[in-house]
Amino acid sequence: MILGPIGFAVPWLLWGLVALPILWIILRAVPPAPIRRRFPAVALLLGLRDEDHVSDRTPWWLLLLRMLAVAAVIVGLAGPVLNPRDEGAARATGPLLILMDGSWASARDWAAQTAVIDAMLAEAGRDGRPAALMQLSDPQAPVFQAADSLRARVPGLIPAPWPVTPEGMARAVDLLGESQFETRWFSDGLAGEGRAPLLEALEARGPVTVHESPRPVLALTPPTLEDGQIQLRALRAVPGPVREIAVNAHGLDPAGVSRVLATLPMTFDEGVVEARGALSLPPELRARVTRFEIAGEAQAGAVSLTDDGLKRREVALIAGRDDREGLELLSPLHYLEQALSPTADLLEGGLMDVLPANPDVIVLADVATLSGAEQAALLDWADKGGMLLRFAGPRVAASDVSRSEEDPLMPVRLRAGGRTVGGAMSWGEPKTLAPFIEGSPFQGLAIPGDVTVSAQVMAQPDPTLADRVIAQLSDGTPLVTRKRIGAGQVVLFHVTANAEWSSLPLSGLFVQMLERLAVSSAMAPPDAGELAGTTWQPLAVLDGFGRLDEADTRPGVAGERLLSAPLGPDLWPGLYEGPERSLARNVIAADTTLSPVVWPARVAVEGLERAPETPLGGWLLAAALMLLTADILASLALSGRLWPARAVAMLALALSLGLAPEARAQDDARALLATEELALAHVVTGDARLDDTARAGLRGLGQVLNFRTSVEPAEPIAVDLERDDLTFFPILYWPISADQPTPSAEAYVKLNDYLRNGGLILFDTRDADVAGFGAATPNGARLQRIAAPLDIPPLEPLPEDHVLTRTFYLLTDFPGRHSGRAVWVEAAPPDAEQIEGMPFRNLNDGVTPVVIGGNDWAAAWAVNERGDPMFPVGRGYAGERQRELAYRFGVNLVMHVLTGNYKSDQVHVPALLDRLGQ
Amino acid sequence: MADLALNPLRPRAEAEASRLPPLLAQAELLARTVLLGEHGRRRAGAGDDFWQYRPVQPGDSRRMIDWRRSGRSDVQFVRQREWQIAQSVMLWVDPAASMRFASDKSLPDKADRARLLALAVAILLVRGGERVGLTGGSLPPRRGEVQVARLAEALMRESAEDYASPDMSGLIPHGRALLISDFMGDLVPLRDALTAAADRGVRGLLYQVLDPAEEAFPYTGRTIFESVGGTLAHETLKAGDLRARYLERLAERKDALGALCHATGWRYGCHHTGESAQSALLWLHGAMAGGPGA
Repeated sequence: MILGPIGFAVPWLLWGLVALPILWIILRAVPPAPIRRRFPAVALLLGLRDEDHVSDRTPWWLLLLRMLAVAAVIVGLAGPVLNPRDEGAARATGPLLILMDGSWASARDWAAQTAVIDAMLAEAGRDGRPAALMQLSDPQAPVFQAADSLRARVPGLIPAPWPVTPEGMARAVDLLGESQFETRWFSDGLAGEGRAPLLEALEARGPVTVHESPRPVLALTPPTLEDGQIQLRALRAVPGPVREIAVNAHGLDPAGVSRVLATLPMTFDEGVVEARGALSLPPELRARVTRFEIAGEAQAGAVSLTDDGLKRREVALIAGRDDREGLELLSPLHYLEQALSPTADLLEGGLMDVLPANPDVIVLADVATLSGAEQAALLDWADKGGMLLRFAGPRVAASDVSRSEEDPLMPVRLRAGGRTVGGAMSWGEPKTLAPFIEGSPFQGLAIPGDVTVSAQVMAQPDPTLADRVIAQLSDGTPLVTRKRIGAGQVVLFHVTANAEWSSLPLSGLFVQMLERLAVSSAMAPPDAGELAGTTWQPLAVLDGFGRLDEADTRPGVAGERLLSAPLGPDLWPGLYEGPERSLARNVIAADTTLSPVVWPARVAVEGLERAPETPLGGWLLAAALMLLTADILASLALSGRLWPARAVAMLALALSLGLAPEARAQDDARALLATEELALAHVVTGDARLDDTARAGLRGLGQVLNFRTSVEPAEPIAVDLERDDLTFFPILYWPISADQPTPSAEAYVKLNDYLRNGGLILFDTRDADVAGFGAATPNGARLQRIAAPLDIPPLEPLPEDHVLTRTFYLLTDFPGRHSGRAVWVEAAPPDAEQIEGMPFRNLNDGVTPVVIGGNDWAAAWAVNERGDPMFPVGRGYAGERQRELAYRFGVNLVMHVLTGNYKSDQVHVPALLDRLGQ
Repeated sequence: MADLALNPLRPRAEAEASRLPPLLAQAELLARTVLLGEHGRRRAGAGDDFWQYRPVQPGDSRRMIDWRRSGRSDVQFVRQREWQIAQSVMLWVDPAASMRFASDKSLPDKADRARLLALAVAILLVRGGERVGLTGGSLPPRRGEVQVARLAEALMRESAEDYASPDMSGLIPHGRALLISDFMGDLVPLRDALTAAADRGVRGLLYQVLDPAEEAFPYTGRTIFESVGGTLAHETLKAGDLRARYLERLAERKDALGALCHATGWRYGCHHTGESAQSALLWLHGAMAGGPGA
């Protein structure tokens, strides 16, 4: 049964809706369940009669809610389906072949395509039709099997990164077999030979329907480098309306992160299938580009990998005067290095050493004479496309090179001696540059006014001179000359490469000229002959979606096939590495054209849109569940029992959302507070008075430290062992009371960690005598119990020569409010011996982890807000003296914690002085 | 030792044990707020403590002259002692289940409040030199701080029945009594007890402690009301309709209590757990200090 766009699988269930009004009446009649309440005054209620014997009725909206829930259940169980398949249409029978092009062009709508195939197979599965899949990019014989089992393969289908070839289609014809089947052909929309025979073969076996994505196919041809700019060309198969695209240049940024380095917008004009654009990038950036990609096109054709064509050049720098031990700024190569190092790989070494590396450019700065072998090798190298860049200089000027007849490695003949203009001993002003003539590679570069030339080597007037000048001075004398040697060239700057003869190397123009000359000399693609016999190892390959994958274990490719053989399973597009260079093989070659496939009129062509059949039953049942949940809440609210539930929910919500971040923020704030400045800390004992005293005591000690030492502690911090992080505090003051709770196991873990990592805890039993007797007092017994699980080393009463006695003040005893004798610290190592003549032993390294005593130091230290002592100590002046000693103990203790055994090292002072000869 | 530290029972037990009996501490705290200004009798009378020397006046017998003091001057002095007649005050706090009720989590149980008030009054009385005990002979009136601790312990006893009536045995004639309850049970035993007490010259206070919900009856809908002990139940279809009649009955009960007090010379007070305990204590203290029948 179909109602509008919704069909029902079990329509008779809808009769259940008739029962709803009856349900309404029944529900209305039943009173809500009573609430049981505790009420002590029930005695007063006994005997009271209800005036009205009808209970409160369920409110209408709650009834409506329940009705809706029941209705949703009924309708949901009736199996509603949105956009149901038209049952009336003739249902196809027989096997179904799903034929996919599966090429790079199919990748542009792959998700939609697989979704349609999935739906198609689902349908075939319901109809009990066997089905088979075939991918033309890599044809395999179709195996007809249950559509449902085939369906499991659909998510695993991926497009191949190569086009459908005529051979592939011919092979597909052979593989089709003789049986009859219906064909659904998912085409990528690109024309190709062999489609027509395949179509005929398919039509001979059954009806054929073609599915094609309406999305236009875009492709990007490999970039070329012309005039220092990257030329990009995008193609589309179907000439259509104006379309803007953006081409992204991807590459590694200096941090090594792959990102978009530049974006070039390009426009397809109306009715045109090609868009061009030129991207001008700084050489440094250009050298980093690894691939160009049409933004938003996830297919291999829209990606063009770059290889060495855009990569950095190798430049060999050779100076004639490198033995000179002079200033760097006077080095003939300094300015060249500065200018070239950002854009090129520099090689340095002897000429014969660098030549085997086959650099793109060799720079000879003021190198006059070359040996015969060097000259021959250079000529050979330049003949193959090398570029020789020479600079003049005192040596060239003084030599006989290219004097009487032209040197093969010099563009012009030179006159002896050169000339100097504008110097102290010459007439005239230093010369400036003339505008670059047409045809010069420097044409168009702006000439800064401050570039002057004060000395140069002069060219002999020759018939060929005019052709070879590419830059000249304002008086017409040549400044830069050039000569072609085979595929290469030699360029001579008639000035030095440093600033001796001219200010040219100081100017930006120099860099631009070098760019034009050296860096922009593009690397020609190798020809087939050069590739013969080589093997190229794939570095990274493209998949159909245009993503770069690691090549892993893919086999190498013979050089002959790399550039010309069609792409296929044995030759993936990607980046290949060969001898000395790398080559990119892209899906789209420079001469590729895209043309749309034209299907005969008899073939039905469909798009990929297809309103999917959507079963609504699940949603309706879910809605019914939600309504029933709402009903539960509403019923609870009506009966007044929602509050506990709500409280629980709110609590859970608060716990999950509110408290955790707040607690974390609090922790952070606390950590900041504790670490921004040094903070003394005391352990919270739970006894408010004791904690206040400890806090006041630490405040007093902090003030004393502030006045007398360079330790300036902040306000003391109370530390809850169960909750707080102990690591921020160098010292913990822990007053012991008899009824103090024992810390939890987690707190002990933290405490032991604290003690092992250099923390110090000052235990104070506040009973004046425990240190000598152990558990004689309740506080002492409590301390023993608290400290038992702590990782405390063997202790001893503080020896006279302990470092605590002299870290700041010299002390002999350590009174607090009481003046008990012994204070216990970590025992000295048994092998500590007093060195002859030293006042104290060389005791343990590091800080004692615990100091235990009972002198109630905090009370002696404690001051109130105004800075007055809070507790009396002793009597009269002697008492004040005792308080002072208590403060001194505190100062010594904090110093001990902060400086460790620094004062112990004084034992070495005489030895040090002795060694220094004092 | 490590397993000892891991055992969670000990810290908990210690935490519990380290607390003072909370009731006692609270009561001390509460009593402290009222202590000022009312300490002792502050007048001369029969007692053991020295009060003052005053010059001999006509009518004083020679026997009353303090010769030791008079010997140091020309005037003769009489040594006066502070008036120290100790009253015996008997307390009764309803231990029944109906007191263990609080309509809201933020409110204390009626029983808690009643105990707190009783103990605070006891502390005040003990400080004032009175003897305080419990009715029913369970704790005879005595003086001193130790008695307060005994009272605190005795007050913690609870009974399982729903409603209780005071056991007025062991009353000391012409003493004072303080009965704290919600007085929701049968009034007849109470009337008998009060009459018996009045017959022995005992005066005192009836102090009714009620939960705000008992005063407001904020219930609606179909409800089964159960007593705290579970012995009584009342079902209604519309609790809201009962409100007016319930409040009427409550008012009647209060009137009945008031009338009973009037007849026996006692005083009646009412307190809601939603209000502060301090104001209740002030009232109680004032009423206790006000003397019999005041």
